Amino acid sequence: MIKPTGYYQRDRNWHPPAFDENYKTSVTRSPKFAPLSFASGISEETGPTFGHQILGPLDHDLIVNFAQPNELAIGPRIIVYGRVMDQDGRGVAGALVEVWQANAGGRYRHKKEGYLAPLDPNFGGCGRVITDAEGNYEFRTVQPGPYPWPNRVNDWRPAHIHFSVFGHAFAQRLITQMYFEGDPMIWQCPIVDTIPSREAIETLIAALDMDRTVPMDARAYKFDIVLRGARQTVFENRMEGL
Amino acid sequence: MAQKIQRLKESPSQTAGPYVHIGCTPSFTGIDIYPEDLGSKMVNAQTKGERVAISGTVIDGAGMVLRDTMVEIWQADAQGLYNSPQEARGTADANFTGWGRSPGDADTGEFHFDTIKPGRVANRDGRLFAPHITFWIVARGINLGLHTRMYFADEPAANAEDPILTRIEHQNRVPTLLAKNDGKGSYRFDIVLQGKDETIFLDI
Repeated sequence: MIKPTGYYQRDRNWHPPAFDENYKTSVTRSPKFAPLSFASGISEETGPTFGHQILGPLDHDLIVNFAQPNELAIGPRIIVYGRVMDQDGRGVAGALVEVWQANAGGRYRHKKEGYLAPLDPNFGGCGRVITDAEGNYEFRTVQPGPYPWPNRVNDWRPAHIHFSVFGHAFAQRLITQMYFEGDPMIWQCPIVDTIPSREAIETLIAALDMDRTVPMDARAYKFDIVLRGARQTVFENRMEGL
Repeated sequence: MAQKIQRLKESPSQTAGPYVHIGCTPSFTGIDIYPEDLGSKMVNAQTKGERVAISGTVIDGAGMVLRDTMVEIWQADAQGLYNSPQEARGTADANFTGWGRSPGDADTGEFHFDTIKPGRVANRDGRLFAPHITFWIVARGINLGLHTRMYFADEPAANAEDPILTRIEHQNRVPTLLAKNDGKGSYRFDIVLQGKDETIFLDI
């Protein structure tokens, strides 16, 4: 029988390092000691599951899930779809994907948010979906706006959607952000720039997909997400004496 | 030229940012579109095991408590089984989720979990871990979610043979992973991101 025998080592040169002086908040929030490396075990190779029964009928539709009856959120209507898969390209079924974002003006619905762009009374800014048997997901929203943030004097976030993803194991737990194809602000952003390589950054840029666009309604962006993969072998590999 | 290995790179992490609560605990932020925030209840009246409460804060390198974290925990039930489809060793307590999520108190930043003390589970080599709870911490300024473990200071015998605790080179840092019981079933686990008392984080 083939069974998982541990998750692939996380490539810490591909992920952003903890410390990046241009993302100032990371300066005091970055551990300085080396993390203790340890092969994953049952505590990390298991994880919570979320059944489709937790979902309400509008959870995946940010255009209406906070809106007053017969009202709609303001902004460019988009569909975001994609596939959650592991590093071996297998679809991750039943993955909970939670998303949050600013409104079309670049304003979050949060008491600590001070940007002068107005709130949209019909937009909450969060939603959630669970992937199907092949790992596919889809939600509808408005395209968020860019916004300034306190870092250096004139730093702006590119338009982005935050993603929190649960795979099948706690070792796969991931939070990341989706950016939009063609946005020049991506290459100005200190948070994007915490990611060491352009190649890695490009994996977070969703592609405009005109074939999935709903004519006269909403454009579509494709955003695939890759979670850690697990070794699978017919052999029980174990170092003797350990 | 050899054959190509077609493996994908993991999606790179990005910080959860200052507004993680909008997406993960929206009710906490006043966005009431879901019945409740996920992970807010781990136990019910039928859950087996010793009830414990866990509280703590996340502290930065300047000694300041963070007030914009999200802390998740994952743990075994009282028998040492995980409530997960990947658990092949037995059937976990159906009345215990094993997973908790806390947005932290808006004013004090303190996270809180009402849970049970987990049973022991074995490492892949068969050695038993001491009872432990997996922690995952995200916040603005944290670029990749931090994994660590909470162990119980009142389990000295089990801790002394734990495969991770015994592996730590700087044994003087082990106490950063030990939560203390206040004598009434409440454990304190403060997480220090940076500095002299920096918590041991795991690359696991």
